[in-house]
Amino acid sequence: MAGGIWLKLANLDRRWIYFVIGVVTFIPILFYIEVEVNITPEVESVYHRVDSLAPGTVIMVPMEFSPSTMAELEPMARAVLRHCFSRDLRVLSTALQIDGIILIEKVLRESAVEYGKKYGEDYVFLGYKPDAQSVILSMGENFRNSFPRDYYGDYLDDLPMMNGISNYSNMACIVNINATSGVDYWINYANGRYGAELALGVTAVIATDYYTFLQSNQIFGLMGGLKGAAEYERLIGRPKDIANRSMTSVSVAHVFIILFIIIGNVAYFVNRRKGQG
Amino acid sequence: MRREVPLTIVFVCGAFMAFQYFVPHHVSATVYQYALNWTIIIGIFTLVVGIGSLINVHYDRISKRKPTWRYSIVTLAALAFMATVGVLSPNAITDTQGLFLKMYFFVLSPVQATMFALLAFFIASAAYRAFRAKTVLATLLLLSAVIVMLGRVPIGETLTGWLPEGLRFSDISKYILDYPNTAAKRAIYIGVGLGIAGTSLKIILGIERTWLGGGK
Repeated sequence: MAGGIWLKLANLDRRWIYFVIGVVTFIPILFYIEVEVNITPEVESVYHRVDSLAPGTVIMVPMEFSPSTMAELEPMARAVLRHCFSRDLRVLSTALQIDGIILIEKVLRESAVEYGKKYGEDYVFLGYKPDAQSVILSMGENFRNSFPRDYYGDYLDDLPMMNGISNYSNMACIVNINATSGVDYWINYANGRYGAELALGVTAVIATDYYTFLQSNQIFGLMGGLKGAAEYERLIGRPKDIANRSMTSVSVAHVFIILFIIIGNVAYFVNRRKGQG
Repeated sequence: MRREVPLTIVFVCGAFMAFQYFVPHHVSATVYQYALNWTIIIGIFTLVVGIGSLINVHYDRISKRKPTWRYSIVTLAALAFMATVGVLSPNAITDTQGLFLKMYFFVLSPVQATMFALLAFFIASAAYRAFRAKTVLATLLLLSAVIVMLGRVPIGETLTGWLPEGLRFSDISKYILDYPNTAAKRAIYIGVGLGIAGTSLKIILGIERTWLGGGK
């Protein structure tokens, strides 16, 4: 009888797994339960760097994500931008991923409006140009080489914020929020070639790739996925924003995936011992 | 001549770009900037090539009634529709009430987000079926994965918060990310870097010629 159950579990219809994951992810979204989010040093480092900048300083927040990764990176982008605007920093942004331009412009515009910031004076959006590698290199020489005009078609020289701003050396630091492999270009060129101070906000799935650069001080901070966004929200005093509200859902989903792994392994070994595996 | 000309162009451009990195003279800086502008322009033209290739592939599927040819009609119709709406609306990217942005936010955006969200279901199913502790290495991988998964989310802290510092999931997870993970990644990055430098040198010197095509 017991062997029958384990055999059934070993051959469990995948739709049951989909159903369980769907339910355990969805229900915590409906009923918000506050959970403790510990702050990691790599996220705290980004916060402290941005927080230490004097009002009026120009910071670059290039964003490369699309609707497919917005669940993780949009909350992070909003948290960082809210922090920048609340500190009266001036923000320069680009969107070097073609299917994310409109989304990124919306996030930037809405965050600026929230703090009463004016386009051209408090923030500038350069938009998109193909070939991210060359564009990042080119901006290291002069932003006007790649972007003589901004996203809305205005000449950079006509925008008050861009007075005296030519390249990365005029940026206090760069906080790159990126879901693509293009993040390597920012490390190799913006930091490696032009010496820009760089921090990263990336999806959880690629975050592990960048601890190497954190340890070698090529980046001064790293925010990984929705957890990184939740930490940043806490640091700026917004613990009930979307990333924190999603933490219960993410936690429960992780636990259930681990439970599935354990059940799958037990079923495998029981069946193998009985010669049914 | 058909091979010598491109090989010479590659040699001159490659050698110059390597040389100018170490020579911050205004002449080399100017030429470097021109080269960057050219590559961006080439990048723009690759979009044209990409669209042309997309049309060719899907037109071929439709005309030959290959499997899933009906999806190709959807692809081409969507391409034509979005391009037409974008070109005909003067303020397509700023008009929040316009059709272009509505299509982006209410069609493309949910479709992309849904596709990516399905990953969680596939990962759960794949982990259930394939993540087996069959060998010592597989067991180590499985244990590391479980610790990092729990250590990176709040519930890991809740489960092991009562343990002394250093033994909690979050601490062990940080150790795994900071040391074994970083050591392995660094080795891979150094290997990849040396490989890129070696291959680049071979291309610049004309030793590696597969990029010329011709099958040999």
